[in-house]
Amino acid sequence: MVPLSYYLVLSGILFACGVTGFLIKRNIITIFMSIELMLNGVNLSFVAFAAHWHELAGQIFVFFVMVVAAAEATVGLAIIISVYRTRETLNVDQVNLLKL
Amino acid sequence: MISIHLILFLAFGVIAVAGAVNLLVQRHPINGALSLIAVMAALAGEYLLLGAEFVAAVQVIVYAGAIMVLFVFVIMLLNAGVEEQTKGSRVAFLFGIPGMLLGSLLIAWVLLRHSDTQAVAVGALPGPPTAIGELLFHEFLLPFEVTSILILIAIMGAVVLASKPTPPGGGPARKVKD
Repeated sequence: MVPLSYYLVLSGILFACGVTGFLIKRNIITIFMSIELMLNGVNLSFVAFAAHWHELAGQIFVFFVMVVAAAEATVGLAIIISVYRTRETLNVDQVNLLKL
Repeated sequence: MISIHLILFLAFGVIAVAGAVNLLVQRHPINGALSLIAVMAALAGEYLLLGAEFVAAVQVIVYAGAIMVLFVFVIMLLNAGVEEQTKGSRVAFLFGIPGMLLGSLLIAWVLLRHSDTQAVAVGALPGPPTAIGELLFHEFLLPFEVTSILILIAIMGAVVLASKPTPPGGGPARKVKD
């Protein structure tokens, strides 16, 4: 038997790691992976609350979060490829124009 | 008394946190991607402990499978090297990480101290695919259909963004071999 708060603390640690990576990393792909880490942390709290409140809808929300994450990963990686084609770099400090 | 559930929770939790910290420490994106796969696999174990079998399976198939393969593919395609550190990130190292640690410790303390939460039993909420499917196709039918449109738009956006730009002469975007 594990208390709900343990799951929430683990979820918070994962989310905090994601935020830290988003802030300190300079590689655009690693920044993108940090966002995925944040989404995973939130998913864990969704499932933990679903089990705690005996509400199956929480697991459906996780399903939708995964679908949106998949769509976001597809478009984001396409944008990364497009940026790399024009800039020849993956460092976000050197990508300072919205223009392609 | 320490139950087997707690031991498994701690084991998967340690793997997940170690992978997340490794993502921050590693300089090469491919190492970060592989540690993120470890995090997702460990989270699938946590979902199984919570009785969410369907979510655990989807986590492994969609997240650790499809999405991370896409990431690794792009890293390999762009031949991404070791990332360069910049001067600006020193501020983040000096203030951001201690601040983040302090904040998470505060949240953890509040959660552990001021919550009279009940323990979650193993398989307290069985999440069999049949129940999930019934819920998904009755109550959540409209959002489910909307996500299909979202996926379609994402596919089209990815194709448009990742295809080669049209040459300035106004010629065809890519040569088709006859």
